[in-house]
Amino acid sequence: MASLIACPHCGRRPKEEFTIKGAALVRPEPEADADTWFDHVYLRDNPRGRYAEFWHHTSGCRRWLVVTRDTATHELEETRDAALWRRETAR
Amino acid sequence: MTSYRLNQGGLIDRAQPLSFSFDGKPMTGFAGDSLASALLANGQRLMGRSFKYHRPRGVLTAGAAEPNALMTIGKGGRTETNTRATMQELYAGLTARSQNRWPSLDHDIGALNGLLSPFLSAGFYYKTFMWPATFWEKLYEPFIRKAAGLGEAAKESDPDRFEKCWAHCDLLVIGAGATGLAAALTAGRAGARVILLDEQATIGGGLLSETATISGVPAPRFAETLLAELEALPNVRVLPRTTAFGWYDGNVFGAVERVQKHLAEPLANRPVERLWRIIAGQALLATGAEERPLVFGGNDIPGVMMASAARSYVNRYAVAPARQMAVFTTNDSGYALVRDLEAAGVSLSAIIDSRAEGAAPGLYKGSARIIPGAVVRDAHGGKSLSAITIASQGRTEKLGVDGLAVSGGFSPIVHLACHRGGKLSWSDENGAFLAEDRKGLALAGAAAGLSGLATCLEAGARTALALLDQLGIAATFAPFPDVEGDIVAPATKPLWSIPGIKGKAFIDFQNDVHRADLGLAVREGYAHVELAKRYTTNGMATDQGKLSNVNAIGLLAEARGVSPDEVGTTTFRPFYTPVSFGALAGSSHGKHFQPVRQSPLHDWAKKNGARFVETGLWYRSAWFPRAGESTWRESVDREVRTVREKAGLCDVSMLGKIEITGKDAATFLDRVYCNGFANLPVGKARYGLMLREDGFIYDDGTTSRLAEDRFFMTTTTAYAAGVLNHLEFCAQALWPELDVRLASVTDQWAQMAIAGPLARAILQDIVDADISNEAFPFLGARTVSLFNGALAGRLFRISFSGELAYELAVPAGYGESVADALMEIGKPHGMCAYGVEALSVLRIEKGHVTHNEINGTVVPADLGFGRMVSTKKADFIGKHMLSREGLVAANRHQLVGVVPLDPATSFRTGAHILAKGATATLESSLGHVSSSCHSPHVGSTIGLALVRAGASRHGEEVMVWNGLRGEYTPGRLCDPVFVDPAHEKLKV
Ligand SMILES: [Zn+2]
Repeated sequence: MASLIACPHCGRRPKEEFTIKGAALVRPEPEADADTWFDHVYLRDNPRGRYAEFWHHTSGCRRWLVVTRDTATHELEETRDAALWRRETAR
Repeated sequence: MTSYRLNQGGLIDRAQPLSFSFDGKPMTGFAGDSLASALLANGQRLMGRSFKYHRPRGVLTAGAAEPNALMTIGKGGRTETNTRATMQELYAGLTARSQNRWPSLDHDIGALNGLLSPFLSAGFYYKTFMWPATFWEKLYEPFIRKAAGLGEAAKESDPDRFEKCWAHCDLLVIGAGATGLAAALTAGRAGARVILLDEQATIGGGLLSETATISGVPAPRFAETLLAELEALPNVRVLPRTTAFGWYDGNVFGAVERVQKHLAEPLANRPVERLWRIIAGQALLATGAEERPLVFGGNDIPGVMMASAARSYVNRYAVAPARQMAVFTTNDSGYALVRDLEAAGVSLSAIIDSRAEGAAPGLYKGSARIIPGAVVRDAHGGKSLSAITIASQGRTEKLGVDGLAVSGGFSPIVHLACHRGGKLSWSDENGAFLAEDRKGLALAGAAAGLSGLATCLEAGARTALALLDQLGIAATFAPFPDVEGDIVAPATKPLWSIPGIKGKAFIDFQNDVHRADLGLAVREGYAHVELAKRYTTNGMATDQGKLSNVNAIGLLAEARGVSPDEVGTTTFRPFYTPVSFGALAGSSHGKHFQPVRQSPLHDWAKKNGARFVETGLWYRSAWFPRAGESTWRESVDREVRTVREKAGLCDVSMLGKIEITGKDAATFLDRVYCNGFANLPVGKARYGLMLREDGFIYDDGTTSRLAEDRFFMTTTTAYAAGVLNHLEFCAQALWPELDVRLASVTDQWAQMAIAGPLARAILQDIVDADISNEAFPFLGARTVSLFNGALAGRLFRISFSGELAYELAVPAGYGESVADALMEIGKPHGMCAYGVEALSVLRIEKGHVTHNEINGTVVPADLGFGRMVSTKKADFIGKHMLSREGLVAANRHQLVGVVPLDPATSFRTGAHILAKGATATLESSLGHVSSSCHSPHVGSTIGLALVRAGASRHGEEVMVWNGLRGEYTPGRLCDPVFVDPAHEKLKV
């Protein structure tokens, strides 16, 4: 029905404007072994609680975000631009 | 039929009589009536038939919880089924029809179900409809559907408008009774942004049915005064006729406003309903409490109603619920009704008070007969109440009455507080389930278990203060004047079961669940509240158990010998009351839901006689019939031949187009395509394959380099949006260090393919520069000047048809003129317009793939693109999973061509490929035909197929099997390129 996502660029916007890709994972190094790649592509945690995901503000600023939320309470902890997130999580 | 209308009093406007009809019978009411009160005033007690047993039913409540008086309102496309007569405002010309009866409400054949009741007990769905499975479709389902007992939806479409909107406020107050009004006023006076909503047409809630006075002012008048002050405040929005139906994440509340449902002919320029999404800093639930029915025999006979409802009918609507009343109560609130009945001159036989001690001393000063320590064991009557049996200290007494008002105590209306996971707990002190305040939402007044006007006014104001404080808004408490004549009803011990009942004692009136059903559920092992609910269907009707849930829990608790807290409640979910699909859809219907997307060349196609086909939102030109052509095949065959022999023009504007710029654009493309792009020279186009990270092909298209730092990518029509999302993800979340920018330019360019041996001659006429094979060879891509410098466009020498071909892109607004000019120039050359059908034949003949083949299960090698995949690049999306064992196996499905052995025979897309002589089973299927068409070039049906180890099976005879249609076509696998396998035509 409703509920809002705080886009760091556009402010609080209805969730219908967004699309979700899934867990916010760092892409492995090109030289990573097959198991690492397999884990990255196929294996996901399914936590009850804190979870960081890639969300796309498709019908807004078209930026990819990392949205951290609680899967049990739906509480939004943080939304950040994915490029910033990527730079800060870079090795 | 004599009128039950009282001679004076009420909030109705006697100067405004309104005529309406019920089951075709003309009746009259007044402005201010609900449909239910108007029916009662007309002596119409029988208002519907019950769901399972088709028992006669009358109105039980005066509000949103009504389970019995459900009617079909309106005509044609405005037909509204299952309307609660208690919530429907009366208007002139209203037509209401009863439901769930045949042939008429008075003579209903389904009432025989009452005699079959032993077979319709709890769990009857599970017991009766078990087997055989074949009975489902023909017998069980139609029976259940017919028995479902709800109104029949109109076949016509709804002529009215619906809309959605958003609103923001500091404090949202839900419910405009004493509590809500006090809260809204406190916040409004402090300057906070307030929204006050109420489901009723008139603001005031319980005050409207109250005879107490506040500082000498009658309660309804007092509500009017408060409303006037609120409406004068610019920071307060009051929404009557608005039901808050759900509480969602982010403190967003859903509400539906019935803007024009009380009008016979809604104004066309306004919506009939408006769906609100309200973002509240804080919310106050001032929704009041629901009175609980009592579970005695025949408690559903018309004439039995809730005491608070009887009070509303007498005080607010000036209608006598009956000629001779009795009141059955477990608490003091029943005496407020008794007092009001006496004041209105309605005759009263007795007050049956379940408490041995009766009412608080001095509370009741009237002269009615009080029977303390007594219960009503059974009510008697058919379509109307005629008598009750009272049991007291082992003695019984039968009393002739035609009206019985009951009060079993009050349950706070806490639904919304539970929508986000809030739990209820049983309070012995309140004799009710209470909700806790949650972050962003508090409860006050009767919704928090309080009773009494003065208490609620103060609670509303004080709770508002606390919520405003959390928002950092300063406000002050202003005391309300003294209340006189209010009967406060402290909670009493609930009365769950009444011994010795003879008749059916209903718990859930709407779903026809009675006490014996619940007993059966317990005996059969379904005593858990969630199981009992589903086994008996208690609380599962459209009223969601507003009157029945707590009684069912109480009875279960008693049967199990535990506290109601231990039984627990079922989960409250949105919606609080039914919401129309129209309101939920808003303006998203018809073309607003699915707009038409037209190519810039749409009008060009139209004037050339195109037949269009819907592809997603796009309308694509499918073929261009000419005089004398009677089938689409004739037109398509002609178009294909014309392209192969002369030339054709096809609209390809709907391909996705993405402009990619930045100094790292080439590096970026190298990482998103599996083949190399960094070395693509400026002025050249290249076919690219985009993989998913798991190695499978995602999309394909050509990308051209227009400058060192500027590329122009095309995608398939279907994946245009998806590819852009994907590229944005790669640029932002994977490689933000790359300097690359992406822009969708699909709508900015009109793009047309000019294909065929004469294409160059035609095109040269409008292109200023030399486009000879030497000057502009295959895969050339460049900006060109057109019409002697009048226009700039982009020209690509690429070919989907396998012929000498170009794609010309011009700014969208020029598309039609340029296409017209080319058609004119092409006329002497015999050029024709061709559509996507011919385009499809041309590409199948050439063995080019689309998403029929790129179906999410293929890797590049499966389509013969294995050598395209770069081995030099260290990284690209999909590289790392591509070498997995299963993706390089020799027996993978690979692209092949397939033809019928006998050219006179045919096969269809989707058919299976079987080895010659193999049995026709899915297990023995080698693959399937992914694309097929009639090929004018080959002279028969041809197909592309994905077949196990297909690349090594060219020449093999197979059986093409369509199991659905029982078709078997002997065929032969072959090279997938049927036309010009050496690709010489492209390069001339
Ligand atoms: Zn945004």
